[in-house]
Amino acid sequence: MGRGSKRRRGGGATVLASALSLVACEGPQSALDPGGHGAAQLAGLFWVMLAAAGVLWVVVVAIAVVAVRLRPGEHRRRTATFLMLGGGVVVPTVLLAALLWHGLGLMRDLRQPADPAAVAVRVDGELWWWRITYLFPDGSTVESANEVRLPVGERVRLDLASQNVIHSFWLPSIGGKMDLIPGRTNELVLEPTKAGDYRGQCAEYCGPAHALMAFSTEVMPKESFARWLDAEAKPAAEGGGAGLDTFLAYGCGACHSIRGTSANGRIGPDLTHVASRATLGAGTLPNAPDNLRLWIGHTQDLKPDVRMPSFGMIPDADMTALVAYLEGLK
Amino acid sequence: MTARQGVEVAPGPAGPGSAQDDPEVRRGQEDRLREAWKAPPGWRYWSAVNNTEVGLWYTLAAFGFMLFAGVLALLMRAQLAVPENGLLSAGLYNQMFTLHGSVMMFLFAVPIFEAGSILLLPQMLSARDLPFPRLSAYGFWSFVIGGVFVCGSIFFGVAPAGGWFMYPPLTTTVQKDQLGVDVWLLGLSFIEVASIAAAVELIVGVLKCRPPGMRINLIPLYAWYILVVAVMILFAFPPLIAGDLLLELERAFDWPFFDATRGGDPLLWQHLFWIFGHPEVYIVFLPAIGLMAMIVPTFAGRPIVGYSWIVLAAIGTGFLSFGLWVHHMFATGLPNISLGFFSAASEAVALPTGVQIFVFIATLLAGKARFSVPMLFATGSLGVFIFGGLTGVMVALAPFDWQAHDTYFVVGHLHYVLVGGMLFPVTAAAYYYFPFMTGKHLSEAWGKAAFWLMFAGFNLAFLPMHFTGLMGMPRRVYTYPSGLGLDGLNMASTVGAFVFAAGFLVVVGDIFRPKGRQPYARRNPWNAGSLEWLIEMPGEDWGVRSVPIILSRYPLWDQPGFLKNLDEGRFYLPDAEEGKRETLITSILDARPIQCLRVPGPTWLTFWAAVLTGGVFIFSTYHWWTASIVSGVGALATILAWLWTGTALVPEKPEKNVGLDTVLPLYGAGPASVGWWAMFITMTGDLTAFLSLVFGYFFYWTVRADFVPEGAGPAGLPWFALAFAATFAAWGLTFLARRRIGALGPRGFQGTLALAILLALAAGGALILAPLSEGLDPTVHVYPASVWVVVLWTGIHLAVGALMLAYCLARSLAGRLTPEHDIEVWNVALYWHFLLLSVAVACAVLALFPLVD
Repeated sequence: MGRGSKRRRGGGATVLASALSLVACEGPQSALDPGGHGAAQLAGLFWVMLAAAGVLWVVVVAIAVVAVRLRPGEHRRRTATFLMLGGGVVVPTVLLAALLWHGLGLMRDLRQPADPAAVAVRVDGELWWWRITYLFPDGSTVESANEVRLPVGERVRLDLASQNVIHSFWLPSIGGKMDLIPGRTNELVLEPTKAGDYRGQCAEYCGPAHALMAFSTEVMPKESFARWLDAEAKPAAEGGGAGLDTFLAYGCGACHSIRGTSANGRIGPDLTHVASRATLGAGTLPNAPDNLRLWIGHTQDLKPDVRMPSFGMIPDADMTALVAYLEGLK
Repeated sequence: MTARQGVEVAPGPAGPGSAQDDPEVRRGQEDRLREAWKAPPGWRYWSAVNNTEVGLWYTLAAFGFMLFAGVLALLMRAQLAVPENGLLSAGLYNQMFTLHGSVMMFLFAVPIFEAGSILLLPQMLSARDLPFPRLSAYGFWSFVIGGVFVCGSIFFGVAPAGGWFMYPPLTTTVQKDQLGVDVWLLGLSFIEVASIAAAVELIVGVLKCRPPGMRINLIPLYAWYILVVAVMILFAFPPLIAGDLLLELERAFDWPFFDATRGGDPLLWQHLFWIFGHPEVYIVFLPAIGLMAMIVPTFAGRPIVGYSWIVLAAIGTGFLSFGLWVHHMFATGLPNISLGFFSAASEAVALPTGVQIFVFIATLLAGKARFSVPMLFATGSLGVFIFGGLTGVMVALAPFDWQAHDTYFVVGHLHYVLVGGMLFPVTAAAYYYFPFMTGKHLSEAWGKAAFWLMFAGFNLAFLPMHFTGLMGMPRRVYTYPSGLGLDGLNMASTVGAFVFAAGFLVVVGDIFRPKGRQPYARRNPWNAGSLEWLIEMPGEDWGVRSVPIILSRYPLWDQPGFLKNLDEGRFYLPDAEEGKRETLITSILDARPIQCLRVPGPTWLTFWAAVLTGGVFIFSTYHWWTASIVSGVGALATILAWLWTGTALVPEKPEKNVGLDTVLPLYGAGPASVGWWAMFITMTGDLTAFLSLVFGYFFYWTVRADFVPEGAGPAGLPWFALAFAATFAAWGLTFLARRRIGALGPRGFQGTLALAILLALAAGGALILAPLSEGLDPTVHVYPASVWVVVLWTGIHLAVGALMLAYCLARSLAGRLTPEHDIEVWNVALYWHFLLLSVAVACAVLALFPLVD
C-alpha cells in the first residue's frame, strides 16, 4: 500500500530533523552542555532515554505498519492477544522498572548534602531580579545581585526563598531547578565541575518581566573564588564625587545600597560592586557604560513593569558623571 | 410501578402479520414521530433542545473557540520567530499564552467531547434523546456565554495573564487589581459548572438510556469511554471549583488562603489545581481513544480485539490519573519519598495506555485494513501520541524533570500528547462522522492534503522544542536573547506552526465549502457495524425509527435483517401516538425496559436561565454586587419555572404499550427515575468540592504550626452542636415525609415539610453563629478563613435544602406532588442525605478538631 511507505518517509524525516537539531547543543544555558555533576548525570540520562525512546518508537510503528499490511489469517487471534499483553504490559513493566530503579537512585545521589565547610548562598527571588547573599560559616554575609559565583569542585548549598511570588532558580548547565516559594525555604545543592561562564534564568512564570529575570554565573577555581569573595565583602571604592552626588540627589539610594556611602535602600539590587557584574537589569543588557546609560534613562521600555522608574529626566552631564561613577564600582 | 429490574426484553422484532406490515400504518407513525421531534421553525429554532441541534451548535462553538486559540498560538509563534522580537508586548503575550492554554483546555478539549457526545451518544444507544435535553441546552448556552466573555476580554486588553494554572501569589499580589484573573476564575467556573451538568447527563445517558438487550458487556466502546470520563469530570472539576472559590475569596475579600504572611500557603492552590489538572489530561485524551475505538474496527472490518482489556485499561487509566498530580510539582521542594511515589505512579499509567494502543494494533492485525482519511489521521495520531508518551515517561522521572520542568521540553511533550492523543483523533472523527452529521462526505483529496500538511507542520513545530527547552528556554517567556543557540530551533518551530495551521485551514475549508450539488452519502457509508450508522442520509430528527433489540456489539454486522426491521418499525416505540417525545429507560446492567420516558421539547427558559446565571458570574467579576444579586434571583426564578413546568410531569395515564406487547410505566420515582440518578451523581460531585475544602483545612494543619491557634473551638462548640442537631432533625423529617407520604395525608405531609424548613433555617443560623461567637475574622489569618469557608459552603447548602423542601411543599399544595407521583420528594430526600453528611463532617471538623489538637 503506497500510503504506508509514505508514512515511513514521514517518520524518516522526523528522525532526520531531530538529528539536525543535535548538531549544536552547546550554550551557556544548555542542560546538554554540562559544567556540573547534576547536569552531567541528567544529560547522560537524557541521551540514553532518547535513544531508547527512538528504538521503541520505530519498533511500535513498524509493528503497526506490518499489522496494517498483513492479510488476516486464522492464527492472528492469539498473536493479537500476545501483542496486546506483551506490548502493553510485559515489556513496559520491565523497562519502566529498570528506569525507575536507576532514576530514583540518581535522585538520592543528586540530593546528597552540601560540603559543610563550603560557603552557602541564599537566593531571594525579587520582582524581577535575584538577591544573592553569600553566607559564611561564621554567620557573616555578603550581598550581591543577579550574579552567582561558585567555586569549582565543591558541593554548595543554595537556600531559595521569596517574599513576593513564586520563582524558580534554574542554572541548567550545573544542575536541575528548584522553586522559590513564599513561606518556605527550599534547598538546592549544586556541584560545579568545570570553571567558566554560565547563564541561568527564572523558570516559573512570575509576571510581566518573567522573560527578563536571568542571572550570570561564574564558576571559579577555589582560590580565585575566595579572593573574589573577600573583595566583594569590602565597601565601595571611596571618592564618588559628582557621580555619587547625582546618585544621591535623584534618590537612587532609597532603593539601592552602595556600601560605604549613605545609600542603603533594600528595594533594588545592591550596587556596591555593580561594575564587576556581567549584565544589567538581571540579564536584560550586557554591562557596558552605554547600556547603563540606556538602562537608567529607559528602564520601563527595556523591562516591562520593572519597579524602577525611567530616569530620562537626568541631564546629560549628570548622567555621564553617574554612569562613570557606577562603572567604576568594581 | 414496575420493579427496578424492568420487564423481559422481547424475543425479537415484530414478525410478518403484525400491524407494521401495512405501509399506510407506518406512514402515519412516521408523520407523528416527525411532528413530535421536529425543530421549531424560524427564529424559534434557537429554542430547540433536541440533541441533534444542541449537539451541533455545541460542536461548532467548541471548534470556533479552538480556531481563536489557534490564532493566538500563531501570533505567539510569530513573536518567538526571532530573538528579541518586538511584535508583541510582554503584557499582550502573557495574556495570549494564558488564553491559549485556558481556551484550548476549557473551551475546546473538554467541551468538544461533551458536544460530540450529545450529538453521537443517543444514536450509539438508539435513544431518541438524552434524558435531560433542557439541561444540555442550558449547558450549551452557559458555555457560549462564558466562553465569549473569557475570549472577548483580550480585545479590551483585560484578558487573564496569570497562566492557565493561575498560581497565587502572583494572581493575588502583583495581579491583584487585574480584572483578567477574575474573568478567568468566574468565567471558567461558570463553564466548569456547565461541564459537570453535561457529565451528569452523559452518565445517566449511558447507564439508563440504552436500547433493550444492550447488556453492560455490549456497550459501544465510545460510550464506555464517555462513562469513564464523565465520572472523572465529577471528581476532577470540583477540587478546581473549590480552589477557584478560595482564590476569588482572597482576591475579593482578602481571606488569606495563599498568603504565607498570614498562615496561608501557595502550595494548596497547586495541589487543588493539579488534582484537577492531571486527570484533565486524561479527560481530554480518553474520549479521543474512544473515537479511535469506533473508527479502527470499522476500517479493520472486524470487531475490536480485547474488548474487556480496553475497557479495563480505560477504567485503570482514569483511576490512576488521580494519583499523579504531584508530578507537576517536582520542583517545589517535596521530600524524596513523595517524589519517588509519584514518579512510580506516573510511570505506571504508561501500562494501561500501552494496552489501549496495542489493542488497536492487534485489531488492525486481525482484520483487513482499508485506508481512508479517517484512518490516515488515526494512524498519524498513533505515531505522534506514542512519541509524546515516550517523552512523558522521561518527564515522569523526578530528577530528569528538574531540568525539563517549565521548559519548552514540556511544551513539546504536552503538544505531542494532546495533538496526537486528541486533535488528530478528533479530526479523524470529523471526517468519519461528517456524513453522520450532514449526510455528505468530506473530500478524500482535501483530507489527505490536510493530513500531510498537519503531520509535517506539527513535527517541524514541536519536535525541535524538546531541544529548545533543554538548551535553556523556559516556558512562558515573551522573548529570548540571541547567543543561547535557540534562534534556529525557534524559527523552525514558527515555520512548522504555520504549516500546521495551513493544514488545519484545509480541514476548515473542506467543512465549509458548499456541498449543494454533492450527492448524499449512501447509508452506512463506511460499512461500520456500530449502531449510530443506522442513521438515514440525511438523518431524521427522531434519530431512530424504532428502538431496536440489541444482541451484539456490532448489530449492523451481526443481526440479520436489522435495518429492515428497524425501518419498518418492528422494534420498540415505532409511533408517537400522543404526539410526545418519548424514549426508553432500561436497567443498568442488563438493559431490560423499565420506563417510557417523556422528554421535554423546545423552550426559551433554558436560554434565559443561562443568561441570568451568566450575569451572576459576569457582574461579580466587576464587583457589581447588586446587579449580580438581581441576576441571581432572576436565574433562580427562571430555573424554578423550568423545573415547575418541565420536570416530574404527571402523565395522562399511568402506562402505555411501547410495542412488542410491552407495557411500561410513564412515570417512575426514586431509583427508577432518571432524575434520582442525576441528583445522586450531581451530589457526588458536590460532595467532592466540599471535601476539597476540608482537605484544605487539614493541609494547613499539616504544614503550618500555627494552624488551629491556641484556644480555638470552645465558644463555638454549642452552636455547632445545635446546628448538627437541627440538621439531623430536618433530615429525619424529610426522610419521614418521603417514606410516609401516603400515611401522613396531604396536611400531615405539608406540616412535616414546613417543620423541616424551619429546622433547616435554624441549622443554617446556628452554623453562622458558631464562628461569630468566637469572634473569628476571616481576613486576619488562614484559620478563621478556613472555618468561615466551610461554614459558608455548608450554610448555602442548608439554604438550598430549605428551598428544595419549600418547592416540594408548593408542589404538594398545588396537587402535583402526591403519593403516586412523588419524584420531587425522593430527589430532595436524596439531597438531604448528602447534606446531613456534609453538616456532620463540617461540625465534627470545625468544632471537635481544635479540641483534639
